Amino acid sequence: MAEPAELFDVNLVVNGVPHTVAVPARRLLSDFLRHDLRLTGTHVGCEHGVCGACTVLVDGLAVRSCLMLAVSADGTAVTTVEGLAGADGTLSAVQQAFADCHGLQCGFCTPGFLTTITAALAENPDPTHDDARAIIGGNLCRCTGYQNIVKSVLRAAELLRAAPPGEEPA
Amino acid sequence: MIAPASGSNLAEVKPSSFGYSRPESVAEAVSVLASIGPEGKVLAGGQSLVPLLNLRLAAPAHLVDINRLTELAFISVSDGQVVVGALARHNDVLRDPLAAVAQPLLGQALALVAHPVIRNRGTTVGSIVHADPAGEMTAVLALLGGSIRLDSTSGRRSVAAQDFFLGPLESDVRPGELATEATFPVLPARAGCAFTEVSRRHGDYAICGVAALVQLDAGGGITSARAAYIGVAPIPLVLDLTQACAESQENHKSHQGQQNGHGSTNFTAAGELAMARLTPASDIHATADYRRHLAGVLTGRALAQAIALAKGRMDG
Repeated sequence: MAEPAELFDVNLVVNGVPHTVAVPARRLLSDFLRHDLRLTGTHVGCEHGVCGACTVLVDGLAVRSCLMLAVSADGTAVTTVEGLAGADGTLSAVQQAFADCHGLQCGFCTPGFLTTITAALAENPDPTHDDARAIIGGNLCRCTGYQNIVKSVLRAAELLRAAPPGEEPA
Repeated sequence: MIAPASGSNLAEVKPSSFGYSRPESVAEAVSVLASIGPEGKVLAGGQSLVPLLNLRLAAPAHLVDINRLTELAFISVSDGQVVVGALARHNDVLRDPLAAVAQPLLGQALALVAHPVIRNRGTTVGSIVHADPAGEMTAVLALLGGSIRLDSTSGRRSVAAQDFFLGPLESDVRPGELATEATFPVLPARAGCAFTEVSRRHGDYAICGVAALVQLDAGGGITSARAAYIGVAPIPLVLDLTQACAESQENHKSHQGQQNGHGSTNFTAAGELAMARLTPASDIHATADYRRHLAGVLTGRALAQAIALAKGRMDG
């Protein structure tokens, strides 16, 4: 057994809540969220950046949490799938669209789709059908529910245009 | 069974253990790299390195995380050059309005680099240093004749693209050195460029990719045509297609007679030259013959697109 790993302080804000946790350098952000913070909504699939299930927002940008060290997230604001709904549990537009359009089956890949689409619609509020396909191009769904996920992207954009969020999660 | 929330004692780890530094300046970073030597590895965007760590295909003894070196998060366009700092993310470069105009090949290639989510984090300099034989940005640097700046405690050196790529995943970064910026020449007047590739799925590494750079004279004749190939050689391979293109253009003119020129030139000779010069390998994704075939077809497409851009810029 090797000597105990050196620990590094990570100060970050997750879904609006500040945390300070000491972790070894090799702790992935995905494992940090799931194991250290017990936020298990972020799912891990391939753990080498291909499947997109672990996607979270870091300072508003969608990134693979399995390809980022927790220590590299020091000083950032992270939004996970748990941070998408309103404080009262009201679904976000993207979540509501998935419910409306049957955008999920088993749900394993869904957290990554929700975060990816949330960030993409903030950048492009009026996506075409092709845009919608491009937005989800980096996320895998093994239930092969892509048709309904494309519909969900377009529906979410529609919902957001009808009622722009007063306070959209960062 | 659910493990207790015991923080650092958890066994669920993918990368093997490594030492870690997060310097605040380039001076501090190169000092740390100097003290570590060959066992040190720089972590920038991590979109290539962290998968290798997670799969334990790489196990460096010490990582130097340069994500705090905001002095390297820049893109500058001046004096005929686009300079990209080591902390500029792919998407920063892709969306930079000045860089897009000054050197369109950057944006053409970056749109093919993985997915937007990967481009949010991955860095352009990092992907060049990583030197993947199927990486688009290595071909861009090679085709344009750019260079990489390397800093260390013993000074600074600049390595031309033609000397920088040594083999698959091997570039000329020596122990103790930090790649701080990549320099790309801007696109000259009456020149055009294009990047085209075939991959199994959108965002995947290319089975074969071709970047083309052409220079036209005032009459629209091709004075220079070069192409860089990815996925078909150990390092980005640059071929001079000027002569082959001139032949194609001559044949095209003679066949067209008096018709004046917007028909598509057939770049058969250029494609055949590329196919003859390449010796790609077979793997699970494609046979060598299929890769060679793609190189021929994509050469023609890339040249046609590059010429169209050059003519568009002349008209515009």
